[in-house]
Amino acid sequence: MIEFRDVTKTFPDGTVAVAGLDLAIPPRQVTVFVGSSGSGKTTILRMINRMVDPTSGRVLIDGVDIGSREPVALRRSIGYVMQNSGLLPHRTVLDNIATVPVLRGEKKRDARARARELMTVVGLDGSLADRYPAQLSGGQQQRVGVARGLAVDPNILLMDEPFGAVDPLVRAELQTELKRLQSELDKTVVFVTHDIDEAFLLGDQVVLFKPGGLVGQVGTPAELLENPADDFVAGFIEAGRPRSILR
Amino acid sequence: MNSYTAAFAWLFSGKNWAGPTGIGQRLVEHLGYSALTLLIAIVIAVPLGLYIGHTGRGRAVVVPFTGALRALPTLGLVILLALWLGFGLTPPLIALVILAIPPVLAGAYSGIESVDRETVDAARSIGFTGWGALWQVEVPLALPLIVGGVRSAVLQVVATWTVAAYLPLGGLGRFLYDGLPVRDYAEMLGGSIVVIALALALDGAFALVQRAVTPRGVVAGRVSDIRTSTQSPDRKERTWLAPEA
Repeated sequence: MIEFRDVTKTFPDGTVAVAGLDLAIPPRQVTVFVGSSGSGKTTILRMINRMVDPTSGRVLIDGVDIGSREPVALRRSIGYVMQNSGLLPHRTVLDNIATVPVLRGEKKRDARARARELMTVVGLDGSLADRYPAQLSGGQQQRVGVARGLAVDPNILLMDEPFGAVDPLVRAELQTELKRLQSELDKTVVFVTHDIDEAFLLGDQVVLFKPGGLVGQVGTPAELLENPADDFVAGFIEAGRPRSILR
Repeated sequence: MNSYTAAFAWLFSGKNWAGPTGIGQRLVEHLGYSALTLLIAIVIAVPLGLYIGHTGRGRAVVVPFTGALRALPTLGLVILLALWLGFGLTPPLIALVILAIPPVLAGAYSGIESVDRETVDAARSIGFTGWGALWQVEVPLALPLIVGGVRSAVLQVVATWTVAAYLPLGGLGRFLYDGLPVRDYAEMLGGSIVVIALALALDGAFALVQRAVTPRGVVAGRVSDIRTSTQSPDRKERTWLAPEA
């Protein structure tokens, strides 16, 4: 369980990214943060692993205020997957996946062996183990990113627009793959996207943000579709539908 | 006999290579001074450059300052320092360290700055410490540019030690200083050729080092590599339309 209690984030230039956020993220489910650019959703996600610290308020994981936890140790216990994979370009696929276990002091051999298993888990061919990220397709890179996020078997997996930069066919495939993985692994997943379709497809719970880090509505996809809280929510959902073919 | 044949005759005469004032000894001295200069410059400039590149701090002060250092005429500085500190190794050494610092510093900070911020942010997000990200991510990726900075410093230092090496110092410049008063142009030209050959050889060696320290994964991403190592799908095969395996 991840809780935000009256969390506010103001950047030095005066921009209010998050204002008085109260939110509970249930364990072992997929919670999707959806909203347009500048709605603070990535900032909120990055508060969970202390890449961003709130200006005021508290973030709790299983009841413990993470402000009291050492940021580096915290980050090593939470999986993180980002857009454009964020892989280390000078390390092979296998070493990229093994990065965090090695940072945590695991033996390189053991970490690599586990990395090989994880390649299978995320549907990567073993022959890619010694390739470098630049030699992979965008979809393959994202799979490596997911494998790296899972390498320490974390309870929490943070995903920041992980499928934002791949083509629609590959994206659909990765989405399906993530649903399959989640049904096997039961992680607490927090997933950021600006694509409402993706949010409804993946989310057990969807949090729709308004500009300025305000929560528009929290609920299951069905609740948001059937009972949008206000015009903004209804408008955001409507804007996500394909329009061109209807004309 | 024109001056070049005389110079090469001087160069290939065995007696000019031997002894305490021979080419061999002078070459060793020249390399020694140059190595010492570079070592000091690297010890000062690389950590400073890494700090500036990693934190972005101090850039506004250090960059214009080193730019100004570059503009100092080295020979004038040598003479100024010699008048102040007396003769010996120290004045030219200081002047040449000042000459070598700007390129090494520029290589170090621009190398770190050239590393994709997204990659560094990703490294921090998955649990690298600041030091860990610097040594395991930023430095390896910046190394070709860091070595490039040292490489251009090598060229300048090796060339400039020639004019900085007056009495009581040695080095290859001595052939010019010693040849000039007695109008031994063969010796002067021969000495110059040795300096040129040394500079070119060192530059070539550093080019190889630069290539060796370029991470394979970075080379792998270059267009030339992709073009040669991947094949276009067979046009008759329709499977390339299907999502990747």
